[in-house]
Amino acid sequence: MIEFLSVYGENWSTWQPPMVSAIWVTLALTFCAYILALAIGLLVALGRMSNSAMLRAICKGYVEFTRGVPTLVILFLIYFGLPGFGIVFDAFWAGVIGLGIGMGGYIAEVFRSGLQAIHFGQREAALAVGMTPFQSFRYIMLPLAIRIVLPPMLNMLILILKDSSLCALITAPELMLFAKDLASTTFLPMHLYLLVGVVYLALSLPMSLVARRVEARMQAGMSR
Amino acid sequence: MAEPLLKVENLHKSFGSLEVLKGIDLELAKGEKIALIGPSGCGKSTCLRCVNFLEIPNQGHIYLDGELFGQKKVGDQYSQMSEKELARQRATIGMVFQGFYLWPHLNVRDNVAIAQIKVNGMAKSEANDLAMDMLKKVHMDHKSEEFPERLSGGQQQRVAIARALAQRPKLLLFDEPTSALDPELVGEVLNTIHELADEGRAMMLVTHEIAFAREVADRVVFMDGGGIAEQGPAKDIIDNPQNPRLQSFLGQMLERN
Ligand SMILES: Nc1ncnc2c1ncn2[C@@H]1O[C@H](COP(=O)(O)OP(=O)(O)O)[C@@H](O)[C@H]1O
Ligand SMILES: [Mg+2]
Repeated sequence: MIEFLSVYGENWSTWQPPMVSAIWVTLALTFCAYILALAIGLLVALGRMSNSAMLRAICKGYVEFTRGVPTLVILFLIYFGLPGFGIVFDAFWAGVIGLGIGMGGYIAEVFRSGLQAIHFGQREAALAVGMTPFQSFRYIMLPLAIRIVLPPMLNMLILILKDSSLCALITAPELMLFAKDLASTTFLPMHLYLLVGVVYLALSLPMSLVARRVEARMQAGMSR
Repeated sequence: MAEPLLKVENLHKSFGSLEVLKGIDLELAKGEKIALIGPSGCGKSTCLRCVNFLEIPNQGHIYLDGELFGQKKVGDQYSQMSEKELARQRATIGMVFQGFYLWPHLNVRDNVAIAQIKVNGMAKSEANDLAMDMLKKVHMDHKSEEFPERLSGGQQQRVAIARALAQRPKLLLFDEPTSALDPELVGEVLNTIHELADEGRAMMLVTHEIAFAREVADRVVFMDGGGIAEQGPAKDIIDNPQNPRLQSFLGQMLERN
């Protein structure tokens, strides 16, 4: 055990700097993909509730696509497939787009269930007391939607963080690629994959603690 | 004759090809209480919702306190008001819905106070005091910190009534306020409405509680086929209906209760 751990001590000075920069890439990847997925998700959720049958069908098709097609396939399509059509993204942005598209469908479903859980009557009640449509959105619909949607949205962030490791396979210089590259040159795979496993856990644990607490608070607000 | 509080003039409303209201004319004096009755689907809710422009009429005009409601008139052209102006007018009419529609993220007091704070710019402490006064009126002040989900349907509806009262409305609209309630909870809500009626508040009440309408309303209006089929003093209409459709409607209602 001591022997196993001492390997980290010996290599820390060479491992630490590239690991830190890889962590930043992982976080940037996660954050950008999450923003993209939120934007796609919101638009698709609205599209699925629109009056246009065509728009509804397209959005439903998109949701089914992201449900059925593995994120890795989407990443490969973007990074390896699209250049054949003259569309080239570097590994980082291919990762952002692939993860964003892959998760957008799930986020759309979360938005949709959140918006559907709000009864139109609650909006009418807001209009009836003299709120403008904007005020009814700002003070009634939005807080209600956030309460319903926030906990699952925080869970989505954790899923994206973990899925970002797939981007190692399209050579985005993130945490998993750091471990993979170093493992192949140092022959210390156990040490390196354990290390990044712990880092992923350390990054996601605070997020899931926050998600848990938000969920508890929202439920208290709704049903206390 | 004094100017009516509410004047509904030649009101028409269609949904697609379905013509629901085919020209309603109705006046309501200050302090007057009218009950709107009629078979399900005859357009009672639509009529009520047109009064505060939750539904936009296809034709006709609403006047509240002599003022054109929801529309602007320039020359002899009518056009729709801006949302902001409409909201300001809507604030002068209180509405109570069949489904209560309290806002689940706010506690009882905030449900009653929020519009006064956000819409009328009232100070929070003042709005809270007002909310507590209104909650006292509906005997719900002991639940001011509760969230709506924890209340019975009857209690929720009384809070919804307090929310409407906090607007200090010129007119109260009730759309079947007890239809969604378990039978044993109907009484408490009717009592609350009765107390408000006794204060001389103007109200328009859609209800299937015929006995209650007879007791509380000054006037009963029977709607049928998209128009007003018969109207008059509550007791006359209910005890001595002339229109055969009203007779059979009242017969059915009696049987049901
Ligand atoms: N938003 C709407 N869209 C389409 N049809 C509607 C809408 N609201 C009401 N209707 C129809 O208008 C008719 C009158 O409805 P309503 O005013 O709710 O009747 P009541 O309240 O007397 O039961 C019904 O046939 C109903 O289906
Ligand atoms: Mg109705």
